Amino acid sequence: MSTGTTKLDVVVSDVVPVNELVTRFHFRRRDGELLPTFSGGAHVVVEMRDGDRTRLNPYSLMGSPLDTREYTISVRRDDVGRGGSLFMHRQVKPGLEMVISYPVNLFSLDLRAKKHLMLAGGIGITPFMAQTSQLAGAGGNFELHYTCRTASLGTYADVLQQRYGNRVKLYHDDREERIDLDRLLSSQPLGTHLYVCGPAGMINWVRDRAAALGWPPETVHFEHFAAPQPGAPFDVTLAVSGKTIRVDEQQSLLEAMEAAGVDPPYLCRGGVCGQCETNVISSDGKFIHNDHWLSEEDHRSGCKIMPCVSRFEGKSLVLER
Amino acid sequence: MGITFRKETFRDDYTFRNSPEHIRRFPFPFNEDAYMYAVNIEPHVVGPKGSVLENLIDVDEHYVAEMQDRALVLAEDPLRCQSLPHMTLAGWDLLELLMEQQALGYPEHFTLERNGDRWRWINRPLGIDDTFTFGDTSTLPYGPMEYITRQSQGDFCILDQRDGNLWMDAGMVTTQADWSLDFDIGMNFFEWHAPVPLAHEKGIFTRALKFLTNIQQGKPARRLNWTMTINPRLDTSPENYHKWGPDRATVTPENVGQKVHLRVELQSFWRLPRSNAIVFPIRCYLIKMDELVTQPKWARRLHRVIRDLPEDLATYKGLTRYRPTLVEWLSKLDDVSSTSPGFGPD
Repeated sequence: MSTGTTKLDVVVSDVVPVNELVTRFHFRRRDGELLPTFSGGAHVVVEMRDGDRTRLNPYSLMGSPLDTREYTISVRRDDVGRGGSLFMHRQVKPGLEMVISYPVNLFSLDLRAKKHLMLAGGIGITPFMAQTSQLAGAGGNFELHYTCRTASLGTYADVLQQRYGNRVKLYHDDREERIDLDRLLSSQPLGTHLYVCGPAGMINWVRDRAAALGWPPETVHFEHFAAPQPGAPFDVTLAVSGKTIRVDEQQSLLEAMEAAGVDPPYLCRGGVCGQCETNVISSDGKFIHNDHWLSEEDHRSGCKIMPCVSRFEGKSLVLER
Repeated sequence: MGITFRKETFRDDYTFRNSPEHIRRFPFPFNEDAYMYAVNIEPHVVGPKGSVLENLIDVDEHYVAEMQDRALVLAEDPLRCQSLPHMTLAGWDLLELLMEQQALGYPEHFTLERNGDRWRWINRPLGIDDTFTFGDTSTLPYGPMEYITRQSQGDFCILDQRDGNLWMDAGMVTTQADWSLDFDIGMNFFEWHAPVPLAHEKGIFTRALKFLTNIQQGKPARRLNWTMTINPRLDTSPENYHKWGPDRATVTPENVGQKVHLRVELQSFWRLPRSNAIVFPIRCYLIKMDELVTQPKWARRLHRVIRDLPEDLATYKGLTRYRPTLVEWLSKLDDVSSTSPGFGPD
């Protein structure tokens, strides 16, 4: 049976610029009913119909899980990305009807934790908005360390400090403030779980230091929010469906398959859930693997690809789809 | 119209019976004349009217008697219901799911009124009318999981999802086929399935875990499992083995029809929204051989399945002792004609 999620028909109820890079979007159900309850850390996949192109990007839900009248997401404008964030910023206005997926949580809280230690970088703050709401409502013990470039780009830093006071610590790059990570990780009570969401470099740094300082891997949780990267166009043969398709510069391989009427299962569209894993039948060229799902061995073997985020350069690629 | 709830027992004098309508809706688990493990999971969607799938949470004529039997089990052994400290939120998720589904499917018997976090729950068959604050455990007489599963047929396991595995961290288990929540509590998916023969070699559990950890909200799944039980006893737990194990030696050609029961579990899997846990309801249906063979197709097919069952599976299901007697009895009802495809009676 196929996996994937149920769709929700929504209408954009508000569009709120937060700062020079980030805009917040509010969604309500078109039929006026409540949205499904969700858990902190969940994302939805937003379908963007842009002329004859459809992009699907995942965004963390950042409202309180206790309020299901509306969902909110925050989108950081990426001027060199594939255009999904630019579409959201330029074309999505209040009243627009859109389709989003049911919430999916690939970054959930471990509710056994005696304390939740959260580390956010930049727009990686969004899942923590929902998680802190959830924990605060239940009297949970958490502490949030948030790194941003400048105070004006510290998305929701003011809101978080207002809500949670000194449980939120801010670090501004332009003031050369840095998390003293080793000290922070060394001074936590037993039973603490660590959560990190931000740029890949930050996630790797935190995971490496936590491992070096003896944190058990099952207490370290992380979410890569890598959107698919653009790249040179390439051609792919889909052997099962008997189609040859072109993947455009601004398109992901998964989106190109979908545009051709081939629908692999998916949940995250960000290279972490494993649903769209696809076997390679033959290839002559170089894979550009951008996922966090396949092992290094899989990457080297050239036998598998995650079409949601990974690309290809070369003469020919034949996939089992 | 509503359901007429039977007055009956699942112990001592064993007055449990299925009405003729309930015999026809029994979830017979064999769609062909042989049985082997398979990953037989399908979407849990509403099925035909008059079947056990008419509602996603089924309430039937045995509801009141089953809840009374559960109360007796819990009075003797409170450890049949356990919830590790981090599972309370999942318990509220389950309470919401079961109240919503029962009220939706059986409005004449159950009513849920929600006013913000003030909820009123009316359960007419059990004479309950409670108002409480959703999320505030002090406003209920039990924890949320125990409260609602004392009012819902079937066992319930709540599986916490973390580290790419599922963990048996809460449950209400009083109608089980020889396994123990108290033994399994805190175990992961591979640990608690360790005793099952053959399936590990087939890689079934690895695939099943991958499927289960990807179950999405709003898209529950289900499968059927089966075994056999002597006497219509719901509580066939290891803790009480001394009470029911010896019954297996009491089967004679004369009493097969009354004593031997096919026991079918409708297992479903649901993602819970607030906790991101999975709830795994295991709903047990019993039917005695005399009732089952009123459907000639089922009699023929069950004969062939039990006769040809691999020995290690028969041992695991505890059939060894009385299998020859049962097969002999069923063989007289098998005219060797072919059976139609599918589960249902002809």
